[in-house]
Amino acid sequence: MSARKIVVPGEVLGEHVEGKYPYILEDEGVKRATVIGALDEREDKATFSPLEGVYIPKPGDVVIGIISGIGVTNWFVDINSPYTAVLNVQDFLGRPYNPATDDLSRILAIGDYIKAKIAAFDRSRSPLLTVQEEGLGRIVEGKVIEVKPTRIPRIIGRKRSMISMLAEETGCEIFAAVNGRIHIKCPNEDLEAILVMAIRTIEREPHRYGLTEHIRKLIQQEKLVRGVEVG
Amino acid sequence: MAKATLEKLISEDGRRHDGRLPDELRPIRMEVGILHNADGSALVEYGKTKVLAAVYGPREPPQKYMVLPDRAALRVRYHMAPFSTEERKSPAPSRREVELSKVIRESLEPVVLSEYYPRTVIDVFVEVLQADGGTRTAGVTAASLALADAGVPMKALVAGVAVGKVEGILVVDIDELEDSMGEADMPVAAAPDIGLITLLQLNGVLTMEEFDKALELALKAIEYIVEKEKEALRAKYSVEE
Repeated sequence: MSARKIVVPGEVLGEHVEGKYPYILEDEGVKRATVIGALDEREDKATFSPLEGVYIPKPGDVVIGIISGIGVTNWFVDINSPYTAVLNVQDFLGRPYNPATDDLSRILAIGDYIKAKIAAFDRSRSPLLTVQEEGLGRIVEGKVIEVKPTRIPRIIGRKRSMISMLAEETGCEIFAAVNGRIHIKCPNEDLEAILVMAIRTIEREPHRYGLTEHIRKLIQQEKLVRGVEVG
Repeated sequence: MAKATLEKLISEDGRRHDGRLPDELRPIRMEVGILHNADGSALVEYGKTKVLAAVYGPREPPQKYMVLPDRAALRVRYHMAPFSTEERKSPAPSRREVELSKVIRESLEPVVLSEYYPRTVIDVFVEVLQADGGTRTAGVTAASLALADAGVPMKALVAGVAVGKVEGILVVDIDELEDSMGEADMPVAAAPDIGLITLLQLNGVLTMEEFDKALELALKAIEYIVEKEKEALRAKYSVEE
């Protein structure tokens, strides 16, 4: 049996709590929460997950970015973080760049969505992106919705339980990026609207007990109302 | 109000002009997350004093010169709305507001883990909607709640309260009248969870014994206010089944 409670900054957490700096601060052996979060206590361990906060890039994270500016040999990418990321043109093209023949704004224009991986980031310089991997690059279809970055673990769920339920019930392809942007591709507009509603509900009530089942019921109800089916 | 007619601020039975006992706070109300556009927000009321705080960030600085290479720059603006006082206050920042912005910033800096977000800014806007004494301490309380609501990592929650001396008696959470007629005013802010005093000012004269007593009174009151802050934060996430 597990118990969940809301923890506020400065509150003492047990010794066996999992979670790391800066969300948990250890001082003289006492662990304290530094942000508002949910504490899940199980018999052997406890996990602390923050409920509010911004996205801080981490090398290896796959994020969804929006092109926000164009430099001489690079794009500036808004990754929903206090730090604007940089994507070099050679990386995107996969070949050397010739300013005489290549026009950056024709390749990626301001406002374009990309899926990219954080190649390097150490907080002293802007995060560097790469698209040199399968599945990365410009997003050409579907929709991107934005949620609080701290909600992403809940939208994915323990062992992907929530996200696979969402995909199964709505027939949509869903990719939830850690920076709080979710790329969805749905069979039709009704299912898309239902999925967005479900995600918004999770965003609003991430700490509700039995959330996955609650959302499943909500989707099934809405599908009946709209008279749509998956398949 | 009855400023001119009131001759004694403490009555025969030891009650203050508004009926409170010396160590009694004004009714406190707090609400978190009331502004949609801000990352974090809070409304705090100490009796008739009403203060709104909004937090943005950590975010990319609007201008590059604002950044600090090793930590987030905490920027605080304390401002009194033109309608917050009995006579219209000019909306332009006054000397007093610039000073109080600094004072509030310095009372938050020791608890905010700004070193985790170098080269960013955290903006705190403290807007006094109605002033009836103790606006800076209510401002610290509101700012601390709004920071927590924004998810800015903090060592602990901070709260503030002012202790005053009125007719030789130490009283907690003084209002405008007691502040202007009293002999001393001592605003204090602290983070009781980690035993840290982050703001201590004193206007007027207290003896050493009175100072010790006043600080004790303030810390006791702050402990109570921080508990209220925790309740207000938890209330935002309560779910009705």
